[in-house]
Amino acid sequence: MSQTEQPLLRVPDAVYEQTSLKLERSRWAAAQFQKLDHAATARIVQEVANAAHAKARFYAEWAVRETEMGVVAHKQLKNEACSKGLAARYAAEDFVSPRIDMVGKMVALPRPVGVIFALIPVTNPVATVYFKTLLALMTRNAIVLSPHPSAKAVCADAARLMAEAAKAAGAPDGVIQVIDDPNIPLIEDLIADARVDLVVATGGPAVVKAAYRSGNPALGVGPGNAPVLVDDTADLRKAAQRIVASKSFDNSILCTNESTLLAFANIADPLLAALRAEGAHICSPEETARLRRLLFTEHGFNTRMIGKDASVIAREAGFTAATAKILVTPVDHVLPEEKLVREKLCPVLAFGRVESVAQAISCARSIMRTAGRGHSAAIHSRNEAHIMAFTTALPALRVVVNAGCSLGASGFETNLGPSMTIGTGFAGGSSLSENLSPRHLVQFAHIAYNKDASEAFGNFVGLDPLNLPKSPVTAAPAPLTAVGDADELRLTLRKIILEELNSVLAA
Amino acid sequence: MFDYGHFKFASKQDCLDTAVRYWNPDKTKFWQKAGIDLVMGRREGYCIYDMDGRRLIDLHLNGGTFNFGHRHPELVETLRGALDYFDIGNHWFPSVARAALSEALIKATPGMKYAIFGAGGAEAVDIALKSARYATGRRKIVSIIKGYHGHGGLSVATGDERFSKIFLSDQPDMFFHVPFNDIDAVEQALKGGDIAALIMETIPATYGFPMPVDGYLAGCKALCEKYGTLYIADEVQTGLMRCGALWGWQTYGIQPDIMVTAKGLSGGLYPISACLVNERAGGWLNEDGAAHISTSGGAELGCVVGHKVMEILQRPEVAANVHEVAAFFREAMAEMMRRHGDIFSGVRQRGVILGLEFNHPEGAVFVSRALYEHGVWAIFSSLDKRVLQWKPGVLLSHALCEEIMDRFDAAMPRARQLLREATR
Repeated sequence: MSQTEQPLLRVPDAVYEQTSLKLERSRWAAAQFQKLDHAATARIVQEVANAAHAKARFYAEWAVRETEMGVVAHKQLKNEACSKGLAARYAAEDFVSPRIDMVGKMVALPRPVGVIFALIPVTNPVATVYFKTLLALMTRNAIVLSPHPSAKAVCADAARLMAEAAKAAGAPDGVIQVIDDPNIPLIEDLIADARVDLVVATGGPAVVKAAYRSGNPALGVGPGNAPVLVDDTADLRKAAQRIVASKSFDNSILCTNESTLLAFANIADPLLAALRAEGAHICSPEETARLRRLLFTEHGFNTRMIGKDASVIAREAGFTAATAKILVTPVDHVLPEEKLVREKLCPVLAFGRVESVAQAISCARSIMRTAGRGHSAAIHSRNEAHIMAFTTALPALRVVVNAGCSLGASGFETNLGPSMTIGTGFAGGSSLSENLSPRHLVQFAHIAYNKDASEAFGNFVGLDPLNLPKSPVTAAPAPLTAVGDADELRLTLRKIILEELNSVLAA
Repeated sequence: MFDYGHFKFASKQDCLDTAVRYWNPDKTKFWQKAGIDLVMGRREGYCIYDMDGRRLIDLHLNGGTFNFGHRHPELVETLRGALDYFDIGNHWFPSVARAALSEALIKATPGMKYAIFGAGGAEAVDIALKSARYATGRRKIVSIIKGYHGHGGLSVATGDERFSKIFLSDQPDMFFHVPFNDIDAVEQALKGGDIAALIMETIPATYGFPMPVDGYLAGCKALCEKYGTLYIADEVQTGLMRCGALWGWQTYGIQPDIMVTAKGLSGGLYPISACLVNERAGGWLNEDGAAHISTSGGAELGCVVGHKVMEILQRPEVAANVHEVAAFFREAMAEMMRRHGDIFSGVRQRGVILGLEFNHPEGAVFVSRALYEHGVWAIFSSLDKRVLQWKPGVLLSHALCEEIMDRFDAAMPRARQLLREATR
């Protein structure tokens, strides 16, 4: 049999058509899901979280193998935190039952989004699949996951695992679906599809912009580029320990990782020594120059280096740092022209000296002017005025104090919501300013009473919107006596059947 | 002015007048009298539009012809692609399209050996009856009273005499009719040992979808085996996922010797039908394959569309959708009966095939009209006018299902009024 390159007939895009059917399926699922109560929803969330948690290591290994990014042990941690950890964090919250406000004379009925189309980045594939899926389940939404093409196999497998667990726990069929073979034109069609209620976009700026352009409501987040300040009130040993741990966590693949360290000049040298003691390699000017050339090509950041080990990056750059956890590159100017202060999803940390908080702010603002607006920053300090000044002046929406930025800003080591999707707010081109949490995936219909005191508020306690008493059937009108074959017996039988039907449905 | 490029009509009335003058006066006038003044114009998805522009949701689907909706984009693109290359082809020769579609049909259908193509359901039924006669060497055929198998030379004789007597096409000495759901009557008819085939719609459509009672179809099949008669499953309205499985007979756990599919196989775009036969019934294809000829039966354009139809139907998402649509209407109709039990007296359902019973000998005619006035097109059963045929498409969306039921509920007071006027 001879192989032809092009088929002889023009054929429709079967992948698009099948994906379109998935959207229909998720619309059905969303409609069914809204009929479940809090207990049933909570059970589904727990079962799915358990199933995902049990495979945390398995998918961590698979993700590293498939994407060639990150660190298995750290991915496992993230997967655990985004499964059972997430379920536990929100276990006490209810996004399903009506909320009665006696004082405000209002009742808020949770209204799920419906169908969520979720874009999954290559950097944190499985953790984001877990995270977005569980958030969707907590709020009774159907979700269609669209993985980055370079992580599609592991994401599809994880999605199917969760889908099976959800179904087994009583979720409607099709509540979790995945696009097995995504491509850009397909995704562009899907995010604009009228059957999608909300796009939740985590990924590169192009993906996020496309989501906002789609015409569908979207929650997208911009890129990070976090500055971290260490002032002269900080505990240098702890600061160094936290910064190295954070910067080496999953090889800096979280968008909340520290990009540039700004150190007060009077503590800069002891801080460098402390960093070195924690496993950082402090680069010589020659090594710094080599890294600059390696990491920033004329096409932008060298994506081959994303999530790679520090030792691998050093070797690629042409020097040896076999045991280094991170590479610290001192720079002379913390200005946008210095490429090393841009976002780097790899364990390379720029290092600059500042004389004061005021100068630190200027430098940090310079860094974030290029990228990272609305995202994250960190400070190691005991001086509240410094902390307040830094936060006030920076276009960051979360400033983590005395914690690593990777897990601090993403809410795992702070009390911000644990999240794989970090809102960058209006400054960062996003309608979301907080860490994405379940409450962003539910809206409320409000019953609002006349506020005048003369009008009493109703008693809604115990009234279940999913199981309201049925209104009685209108009394059957006079029988259609002209019906030839409708004798007395038939009419009586029909009346009995009708009454039985009523009682069953009203039960 | 309605200018269709090739022809023009000054108004809808102009079209109706032309239809009366040149096409079919009685049929045209019948609908006018019934208050259904529809002339189809544009159509898209599960909606049809009157030439005046009024939108109707289609729950008639011409018996499943528009199973996927009207002008389904994937099928339209398939046909367009095929038109760059194929035409109807030449029935004498083997063809890539016929080979591919027959393979797709046989591989999806347990127990069948060959697919023989026609242009419409009646032709495929005629092929089925001829194949059974060939295999058994017998001439006589049994079918059910008020069954419907089309209007071909043989098939019309299996159906209601309304369609045969007028053309002197009833053949009472060769074609016998037994009451539906009466297994003893079947045995009476078969036990002489001279019946070539028993032909059954898996659920009789034009009779208003009365459901076969438990064990009836299996019993019929067992009797066929006992008396050497072939069992022909007419799946024209019940096949192609409409019962929840590819073929309706699969849901009843029986294995026919011959089966017929049509309507939806065409995607509503290019006519095609198929008669699938087991080895015995297909014997003539080895002896004299040119014994049956059909110039446009198995036209290659239709084969390409049919092949795509078969592919789409076997996607897991379609099975899931059918299940959802079926469950939705089961629940929704129970609620409607609760609210409108004075006129709405029963539901028959299997998959996305429903018969809605109304409490009047012609109840469904009035309900059909009330629904029409409320933007929904569903047709009564020609052979039992108490029953409204309710045939949702396999790809119907949740949103449209909800809209349909909102309109249904709103139409019931009008239906009640029409029924009262009729009984006065």
